[in-house]
Amino acid sequence: MSQELYTNLAIFVLSLLVGFEVMSKIPSTLQTPMMSGANAIHGVVVVGAFVIAAEASSWYFYVLAFLAAFFAAVNVAGGYTVTDRMLGMFNRPKKQPDSADKGGDK
Amino acid sequence: MSILKTIASLIYLLSAVCYVIGVHMMRSPKTARNGNLLSGLGMAMAVVMILVEIIAKGQITLIGWTVLFAGLLIGILYGVIRARKVSMTDVPQLVSLFNAVGGGAAATIGIFDYTHEAVGTSLSLAFSIPVLLDIIIGGITFSGSLIATGKLSGHVPGKPISFPGDKLINGLAVLAIIVAGVWMIGFPSAYWPMVLALFASLIFGLLMTLPIGGADMPVVVSLLNAFTGLAVAFAGFVIDNQVLIIAGALVGAAGTILTLQMAEAMNRSVANIIAGGFGSGDSNGSTGAGAEVPTNIKKTTPDDVGMQLAYAHNVMIVPGYGLAAAQAQHEVAELAKLLTDAGINVNYAIHPVAGRMPGHMNVLLADVNVPYDQMKQLDEANSMFENTDVSLVIGANDVTNPLAREKGNAISGMPILDVDKSKSVVVIKRSMSTGYAGVQNPLFSEDQTSMMFSDAKKGLQEIIAATKGYLD
Repeated sequence: MSQELYTNLAIFVLSLLVGFEVMSKIPSTLQTPMMSGANAIHGVVVVGAFVIAAEASSWYFYVLAFLAAFFAAVNVAGGYTVTDRMLGMFNRPKKQPDSADKGGDK
Repeated sequence: MSILKTIASLIYLLSAVCYVIGVHMMRSPKTARNGNLLSGLGMAMAVVMILVEIIAKGQITLIGWTVLFAGLLIGILYGVIRARKVSMTDVPQLVSLFNAVGGGAAATIGIFDYTHEAVGTSLSLAFSIPVLLDIIIGGITFSGSLIATGKLSGHVPGKPISFPGDKLINGLAVLAIIVAGVWMIGFPSAYWPMVLALFASLIFGLLMTLPIGGADMPVVVSLLNAFTGLAVAFAGFVIDNQVLIIAGALVGAAGTILTLQMAEAMNRSVANIIAGGFGSGDSNGSTGAGAEVPTNIKKTTPDDVGMQLAYAHNVMIVPGYGLAAAQAQHEVAELAKLLTDAGINVNYAIHPVAGRMPGHMNVLLADVNVPYDQMKQLDEANSMFENTDVSLVIGANDVTNPLAREKGNAISGMPILDVDKSKSVVVIKRSMSTGYAGVQNPLFSEDQTSMMFSDAKKGLQEIIAATKGYLD
């Protein structure tokens, strides 16, 4: 096994363990935002779209690079936006119900 | 290592640290939003760094720049617009769509690299195995998530879909994936095994998701989310970029845990859900064939409900999917405020899988400024029902079904809200149709229960008007 492969494999396995550890017991309230937040993180695949666009040199490869860039951009931009919208709702100043104020900011 | 390469590696490492801390912060409602922003900051760093790297490398052509930025720009616009415009009710299918394209991007990168590197040369296993896994997993999540999106949004029927021979086709797809895999690893210079692997994976994803009922979709979306994480990690092996490996593995593991917790909340095993065929889907108005409709039900009017509420001390609101579908969260919050202002104790009993995804109901209610401390989770709510005068069940069905406590039916063992223990129960529902599980609910014919057949939004407006009359 090459040094490079070994390093990558070690990073992969250790990251899996970190993922298991960091995720234990989520309150059900936060499960939907958490799924959406994790979904946004795998949008990091956009980095790969840059890499292949830089290597593309024929129409076939340009089409693939375009597709990858489009798909990944939707994933990352949409993912973070929708997660932030959801979480923003938990952050509003908590008005007591007897106040007449309707604090809808969006 | 050149200086640029060193800086890049450190930036990617820092970006990965942002994801891990970000996810960690998202476990608590207080820090969740900042956690997501931190993870977004990490993402921005990674994107700026790769941009600097490809500029410095200077290999990219003008057309390369054009397609890259065209794709990014259209993608960002589309993603942000959809994410901003979506109503909170429709969030689950949007998350599933974003997951599909993430898997699609990972698979596309695999296809690119395999074709670019492999055809005409011989390859090491260190390349061919990750690229194969990237294409297969990416392909499965792409088609599977698109079907899940369709089922959640109603474009694809929510009920389990199966046809004669579907198991056989699925078996053939698995066989084709294995054959293509061995072929790709054994003779990595050929183009066709990659195409075969891709199509077999797309078919497998399709046939894996179709037989699964709409109620189980959230678990499937979460599982496919974890799959996409793995596909992205393998894409990281292929292009030798560690930030993809770390972030992908993180999502793969975190998504797996989340999937298990969601399945646990529904008292189903993940294997059982994937096997499919559970439930009847979202039966809009029609009664499931063969199900007995109880005849001894009491109907009630908005005026009666208003009076009951106005003279109660403790009211428990039990919101369900019907409330989300009718977008009646504003009305329910208005009614609750009206009662609270009159000194009546109002709480919400929230089942972990009420709405369309675990936690989705909390999001909908938080959106209309329902105080966080009024939202009671399963165990706390169940300890309160005995002292509840009126339980107002709005568009919820399976999560209140006492049959879950008995053996031998589709929802046996599912944790439920013990609504039947409260002194009186009012159910607002469009019809006597069954819920996702396709099981009749004996709660509806119990003595203390009265039914009000109405759309959640319209019914609540009428109840608000009636309640006002009794409170004055």
